[in-house]
Order: sequence, then structure tokens, then C-alpha cells
Amino acid sequence: MHLSELWFLLVSILFVGFVFLEGFDFGVGMGTKFLARTEQEKRILLNTIGPVWDANEVWLIIAGGAMFAAFPHWYATLFSGFYFPFVILLLALIARGVAFEFRSKVGAKQWRLAWDWSIFLGSLLPPFLLGVMFASLIKGLPIDGEMNMYAGFTDIVNLYTVVGGIAFVLLSYLHGLMFIGLKTTGEIRERAHRMAQRIYVIIGVVVVLFVSLTALYTDAFRDKGTFLIPLYSAAIIAYACLYYFMYKKKEGWSFVSTGLVLALVTSSFFVALFPNVMISSIDVVNNLTVYNAASGSYSLKLMTIVAVTLLPFVLAYQVWSYYVFRKRVTDKEHLEY
Amino acid sequence: MEELILARIQFASTTLFHFIFVPLSIGLAFIIAVMQTMYVLKENELYKKMTKFWGAFFLINFAVGVVTGILQEFQFGMNWSSYSRFVGDVFGAPLAVEALLAFFMESTFIGLWIFGWDKLPKRIHLACIWLVSIGTILSAFWILAANSFMQNPLGYTLQNGRAEMNDVFAVLTNQKLWVAFPHTIFASLTTGAFFIVGVSAWKMLKKADVEFFKRSFQISLIIGMVSALGIAFSGHSQATYLVSAQPMKMAAAEGLWDDSPDPAPWTVFALIDTDKQESTMRVEVPYMLSYLAYEQFHGSVQGMKNIQAQYEQKYGPGNYIPPVKTTFWSFRIMVVMGGGLLLLALIGLVLQWRGRLEESPAYLKWMVAAIFIPYIGNSFGWIMSEIGRQPWVVNGLMRTADGVSPNVSTGQLLFSLISFSLIYTILAIVMVYLFVKVIKRGPHEKLPEDVSATDPFNTEGNNYAFK
Repeated sequence: MHLSELWFLLVSILFVGFVFLEGFDFGVGMGTKFLARTEQEKRILLNTIGPVWDANEVWLIIAGGAMFAAFPHWYATLFSGFYFPFVILLLALIARGVAFEFRSKVGAKQWRLAWDWSIFLGSLLPPFLLGVMFASLIKGLPIDGEMNMYAGFTDIVNLYTVVGGIAFVLLSYLHGLMFIGLKTTGEIRERAHRMAQRIYVIIGVVVVLFVSLTALYTDAFRDKGTFLIPLYSAAIIAYACLYYFMYKKKEGWSFVSTGLVLALVTSSFFVALFPNVMISSIDVVNNLTVYNAASGSYSLKLMTIVAVTLLPFVLAYQVWSYYVFRKRVTDKEHLEY
Repeated sequence: MEELILARIQFASTTLFHFIFVPLSIGLAFIIAVMQTMYVLKENELYKKMTKFWGAFFLINFAVGVVTGILQEFQFGMNWSSYSRFVGDVFGAPLAVEALLAFFMESTFIGLWIFGWDKLPKRIHLACIWLVSIGTILSAFWILAANSFMQNPLGYTLQNGRAEMNDVFAVLTNQKLWVAFPHTIFASLTTGAFFIVGVSAWKMLKKADVEFFKRSFQISLIIGMVSALGIAFSGHSQATYLVSAQPMKMAAAEGLWDDSPDPAPWTVFALIDTDKQESTMRVEVPYMLSYLAYEQFHGSVQGMKNIQAQYEQKYGPGNYIPPVKTTFWSFRIMVVMGGGLLLLALIGLVLQWRGRLEESPAYLKWMVAAIFIPYIGNSFGWIMSEIGRQPWVVNGLMRTADGVSPNVSTGQLLFSLISFSLIYTILAIVMVYLFVKVIKRGPHEKLPEDVSATDPFNTEGNNYAFK
């Protein structure tokens, strides 16, 4: 295996990990508006993700950093090309990140309302923008021979990408509901169950619509059908299993199922892209591939050694932190946020 | 051209803003870890109270530092895509390692620290804050490793029109890194120490919780003294290094147009005329520059005109002189701030030793104002370091003007510049507001909340983290 291929795999894994992990904390953030009714319930929801959301977000930062180091051209083309969406994404993440820390520091109603909106929009916009970005990546974007992307509004925002964004938002919300079911007790837990059952069908329809549009608007199925069909089938099976688990109130398995659906859909983007990392809608020779966008082999080798050495520790202490906070959050205990 | 200016304003403003928070985070994390260690070893509740009270500032500050840091990582690609393509191979690696080694550590263990007070054994909980502290320091190390490559590129070959890494040891043993890293860490510890000292002085003047704040004052003053000394020594090694590796920056920092006489005097003050290329009204300290540069009392230092001529031969025609006045004055402001801190710490130690801290309101008032001194020093130190490198983004390899994204328009840049400035301004105001609130509240009282008024079922909702 070529080292740049390995790094493509690693970047994909980082993004999938990010969507799986921060997916649920984005979902919980949306839940503060859609699900929680009282201030106390809001606080309980925020405290379920309190100890972990920051580390979850680092998965995105690492994915960006790994791109910069392993595929400088991909990083440069993507971030300068998606300038406007990234500004919004960053504003959302900035507002969200401080809101957790700030909202409970002052009692005034307006104060909380402002930071509650920050948390809500900061949890809603990022999955939407990332969904839009992923979808437009496999659809192709106007990239010239110098690897620079000059995208107009409709290159980035169109029916297909918007459905992709909505699908990601909805899946994250569902994933968040499962996490709430897993981490809370009493009334709010029941409400999360009921809400999930109510929106189950709608979300299924949107995701199927998105996959159908993928077949219609992109070359993904033509080029990679043999890989994508099993992937999407697995996603459909996971989604079907979810219904059973929800019905049986198996909360752990429900959470795994929504996570699996998110992970499979996200993986499908990278499968569809490979060996490209950016597809040019102007001319295929302008495509950025894992080979022409990559760093030198020395850098890749070095990064591989670093990643292989450090990742086990990183994963171990992250798992440990989930283990430390494995208990359900109730209003009987001290709420930090 | 307009894009370049906007991109530079964007980078300078967001980085300067980010760098307001980073040193305080590094400094406070360390001092809080020390305080919590004393709590665990001595089992004295006073130290626990200290850990929690100063921890409140740390967490508020850390939150802003983290979110403004996300932008830092992404804006290389957004505004400086040509730069990213050119150096990603060498420059991206330390950033990625920073995230993998430091960010994960900080973010995971800070979660464990905040939420783990009742869930973890005491010593493991203590280990968490130490890991956060180590994480912040590691983070600085890797960022400076990346920055040092821009200041003094090493360990690469030019291939496929890009700088590709060929020797990681050269990147990590870059002399620039090893003079900048201690300097930055000492400056950060000083920032944290003087913050605590200043807030404590304020409360001592108000005669509130005198025992608590006196103890905080004493611990931090000692850390402040040691790190202020560290700043001086590491700063000196920076200067010695500059003369050999970045002579143009050194010459600009001295306003030195022609080669200096031997021995070289250090310029305290000068009127710099960049058009006529001369510095007049010089106030000088004899021998000092020779000592700064070579650690001996003789030796001439090259002037800008001479270096400019050398660079024109080496790199072709162009202006290789950085903004001289900015470099010159930033350097002096930084040095004066550092010296001032050292002096204040020294006076404080004498007063403390004589047991006369509380009877010296004038000194305590000075220490309240001194909260701002490290910030001024940090900012101007950074400005000197980055402006003094111009017109290069990577010294001798790539000009700043060539690093900008070709596909980003003025409108896009303006939009991001305005929106980030706006959100940063809000963050700054909120943070100062929260800091003042926590200071006023002191280590005992709870924060006034009206949660119970909006939530009839709430019995416990207003328990604030720092009881």
C-alpha cells in the first residue's frame, strides 16, 4: 500500500470518528431547543456531553491537521475554495465552544438565551455545512489547472448538497437522541425515545432521497458501485435494526446503530472519492488525487510513525474518560454547565 | 494587492487575539497544578479553594483560547493557500503532531478535571490537571517548531516546487526553536503569575479574604520572579541567535542602517527615518550591543544597507528591509515590559520577606496595574518576531506576498475579517465581564442566579462550580 493511500485512509477514519463522536454532541446541542423543556433539563442535556465534547471536536481539528501535513494541496484547495462555508463553520464552532463554559456563569435570562442560541446554531450549522461539503466533493467542483477552486454559489449550494446537509443534521440529531436516551433518566429520557420514534421514518426517507440523488447527480455509483452498494445496504440494515432496538428499549445498541449509519454514510464519501481527493468539474486532469496532492514520502513515513505510536494512547485515554463518566446524568448531582 | 493587505490584517489580528489567551492558559494551568499539588500533599482546604477559584479564570480563558485556536489552524488553508501548498510538508507535520499529542490531551483531561472532582481518586484527579498543563506546554512547543521553520528554514529540500522535509531532526533541533520555546514558556508563566498576583493585590487592598489572597500572592510571586528571570536569560539567547540567523531582523530591531562601530553600543532611543535610511538622536549604551550579540565587549553588528546589498545578490532585486520603526519599537517595548516585571517581582519579594506586603498599598496598586504588563510584552514580542521577518513568510524561501490565496476575493476577506472581529470583540467583552464577576464574588460566595425563578422544580440548579 502506498503511504499516501494509507494517509487517505487515516484522514477518512478521522472524519468518520469525528462524525460518529461529535455527531451525538451536535445532536444533544440541537436537543436543547427541540427536546428540553425546562432550564434544568437543558442543563442535564449539556452535562451529558460536558466532559467529552471538546475532545470530540479535536477529531475535526486533527483531520484538518492531518490533511495539511499529508495532503497540503487538498488542504489548500479545500479550505480556500470553501472559504465562505468555512467562515460560517468557524463562527458556529467559536460561538458554541464558549457558550458551554459561559452560559451558567450568569443567571440573567437574556444571557442564557443568547448562549442557548449559540449552542443550538453551533450544533446545527456544522453538520449541515459538512454534509454540504462532503456532497459537493463527490459531485465535483470547478478546480483549475493550478489546483485552485473558483466556486460560485450554486456550485456549493444546490439541491443535492442541501439534501446532503439536511441528512447529516437529521442523522446527528437522531444520534444525539440515542445518546440522551443512554445518559439520562426519567421524563427527558422517555421524551427522547418518543421523539426518536416519531422522526424515524422522516429521517429514513431523507437519507434514501440523498442516496438516490447521489446516483442521479454524481458518478459515484458508476465508478464505485461495487463498493457503495454494500456500504449503503449495510447502512439500511443498521437503520432497520435501529427500529427493533428502539422498540425493545436497548439504548446502547440503538446508539451504536445510529452511529453506524452516520459512519457508513460518511465512509461512502471517501470510498466514492478515492483515489481522488477533489474532483474537478472543469476537467478530470485537474483532479486532485491522493498521489498528486500528497506530501513527500519522508514526511508521510514520519507522520505514520508518529500516528502509530500515539494513537493507541489517545484512544485509550479517551475510552477511559467515557468510562469515568459512564453513569447517567440526573438532577440529583452537581451540574457544571 | 488589496487581498494581500486584508489577509495580513486578518492573520495579524486573529493571531494577536489568540495570543492574548494562550500565555495566560499556559501560566494558569501550571500554577493551578502547583496549588492542587499542595492541596493533595498537605490536605489543606485552603489550597483546594485556591485551585477552584483560580481554576474559574483558567476555564473561562481556556475556552476562548481553544475556540480562537481552531481558526488559527484553518486560516492557513483559507487565506494562505499558496503558502500551505509550498510548506505543508514541513509546516503541517508539527501542527498535526500538536493536535494529536497536545490538543487531545488537553481537551480530554480538562473534561476529566472539570467533571471529575467527585468521580476520580484525588491523585488521579491531580494528574489530570498536570496533564492539561503539560498539554499546553507541548502545544506551544509544536507551534514554535512550525514557526521556527518560518524564521529559519531547516531540514528540507526544494522538490516539485515545494519545500519537502528530509530531516526531522534538523526541524526539531532548530536553534530558533530552542531559544524561542523557553522564552515563550517563561513569558507565559509570568503572565499567569502576574495575573494572580494582580487580582490578589486588588482583593488585599479591598481587605477581602486576606489570608486566601495573601497566600495566592506569595505562591505566584515566587513563580513570577523565577520566570521573569527566565525571560531575561532566554531573551538574551534569542538576541545572540538573531545576529547569526536573522541579521536583518536584528539590524532593524536596532535601527542600524550602517554597520555598527566596534565595539557596538546598544541604542535606547532613536528617531528613525526610513526614507533617508538614517537614525538620528540616538541615545546609546556603549558596549551593550556587542555583548547582546556576541557575549563579549567587542565585535561589530551588520547594518541594514549592507545586508540589503547581500540579499539583492542572493535573492535578486527587491526590498528586504522590514518595517524598521515597528521592529525597533516593539523590541524596546517588550524589553521594558520584561525588565519592569523583574523589578516589580524583586520589590515584592523584599516586601514579602520583611512581612510588609499588606502595609504597602502603593505597591499593591502597582501590582494591579501590572496585570497588563505581560500582555503588552507578549504582544509586542510577537509583533517584533513576525514583522521583523518581513518581507519573508518563510525566511529566504517565500515572500509573504506569494503565500496568499489566489482564489479568495476582497469581498470574502472583508466578510470574514468583519465577522471574526465582531465575534472576537464580543468574546473579549464577555470575558472581561466574567473575570470581574468572579473577582468580585471572591472564593466564597455563590454566583447570583435566578434559575429557581424560571424553574419551579429546581432545587439545586444554582449550584455553581466554585462553591
